[in-house]
Amino acid sequence: MEKLYTKNHNKCKLVKAKPETVEFLLNYSKSLKITKAKGISFESNMN
Amino acid sequence: MEHQVEDSLLIKRYIDGDERALAALIGRHNQRISSFIYSKVNDREVTEDIFQDTFMKVIRTLKRGAYSEEGKFLPWVMRISHNLIIDHFRKNRRLPMFEGADSFNIFSVIGDEKLNIEKQIIKDQIDSDLTLLIEELPNEQKEVLLMRIYRDMSFKEISENTGVSINTALGRMRYALINLRKLIDQNNIVLTN
Repeated sequence: MEKLYTKNHNKCKLVKAKPETVEFLLNYSKSLKITKAKGISFESNMN
Repeated sequence: MEHQVEDSLLIKRYIDGDERALAALIGRHNQRISSFIYSKVNDREVTEDIFQDTFMKVIRTLKRGAYSEEGKFLPWVMRISHNLIIDHFRKNRRLPMFEGADSFNIFSVIGDEKLNIEKQIIKDQIDSDLTLLIEELPNEQKEVLLMRIYRDMSFKEISENTGVSINTALGRMRYALINLRKLIDQNNIVLTN
């Protein structure tokens, strides 16, 4: 039997965003306030 | 279908002020969206950035009350990330500049293989239409099609990752294509470039 020196790379990469990124998004959401006045929405970040 | 109902409930709760609903939505779709982005950009850090920008856009849209319930949540988020991926590649595209003399035109030697704006727009439209159509496929067919076409995996790798035989994976791919053609016919979509 011939010896194979090549590695079988599995191209399926299941990745997930880091917990820090998720945490940032949750904090961003909590701090974001949207105020509507005369049909215009204003974004303000309470951070 | 079950997922869709749950997503819409979570969105409603989030719009009503329940921040935990957002955590649940992100947690539920994190892997799928991250893997989708990674399959296009092939860079872990860029994937994080695009994932973050995608959800910042999602958060702003939901909080503004601008989200329409008509579409499904996941395809909508995928579309946002898809557009951000295109922006990323556009920003990073290096454009070499040449100044040709009258007697010599550099473009007679160098061919322009890139699509012009019109063709790029058509291609983007086809890509986004296809993304939506693929979402309509049954899960097992969709999974095989995404792995084969978007992640360029062999059927052997697909069978290893999905736990089915190569023949089953081949069959699912075949049915996925048949069903996609049916969907295209049913929706009178013209996919040409």
